Amino acid sequence: MHLILFILFAGFCLGGAINLLLQSHPISSALSLIVVMTSLAVLYLLLGAEFLAIAQIIVYAGAIMVLFTFVVMLLNAGREDRTMGSRTARSVGFPAVVVILGVIATVILRAQGLGMAGLQDGITSTEDLSRILFTELLLPFEVTSVLILIAILGAVALARNDGERKPGQ
Amino acid sequence: MSSLLTQEVPVSWYLLLSAVLFSLGVIGFLIKRNLITVFMSIELMLNGVNLSFVTFAHQWHAVKGQIFVFFVMMVAAAEAAVGLAIIIAVFRARATLAVDRIDLMKL
Repeated sequence: MHLILFILFAGFCLGGAINLLLQSHPISSALSLIVVMTSLAVLYLLLGAEFLAIAQIIVYAGAIMVLFTFVVMLLNAGREDRTMGSRTARSVGFPAVVVILGVIATVILRAQGLGMAGLQDGITSTEDLSRILFTELLLPFEVTSVLILIAILGAVALARNDGERKPGQ
Repeated sequence: MSSLLTQEVPVSWYLLLSAVLFSLGVIGFLIKRNLITVFMSIELMLNGVNLSFVTFAHQWHAVKGQIFVFFVMMVAAAEAAVGLAIIIAVFRARATLAVDRIDLMKL
């Protein structure tokens, strides 16, 4: 069952990611990114991370992607013209991607001691997670709330319309 | 059929999937010409890395790996809010989303 679910949702994940690259309209890319994130939530659940699976759906597939689709529609982003990247991207970027993927894949495939993942492995309960989060890691947790607050203020300050400025100025 | 139902998946498959997702994100970052889709490719890379964090947390039964993913999600949410605000500001100033035409700092 684990194998079937893994193949199904890994397929959704890869299909969504490839579709993100192939689509030329930003809204189609955003919708395929939602597919990727939702299937990643299922994979998290298969790996026993129940809290992260739900947080992935609520935060990523919900909040962040709603923000993305909202901005795409607000700016009325149209079809993009495909130029296959700059000269630097072609000459340095793509070989670098191939090398990185090759190195990581070789390391993973040759690594010893990586076990198996099955449905019987049990899940990390939200209780275990929150016990560590609210005792050992309380300070980083509170610091991120300050970070979120600053991000909200920054977003409002950046996106606010000053009124008299016109496009192109 | 029962063997298919109880079949396990090697942990390395999850890691390979995460590496492939990251690489697809980098490729998207290189070939996409729209500011918003470039930003989406960055989110794809973050998700690929998150998957490998969760996989290793499962492998070594370490809860802290999952907490790291939680922090990455929070930072990604903050980053998305600020980044999209910057995109709106850029669009207001330049009236375009094509990265080729946002070249004020190019030599």
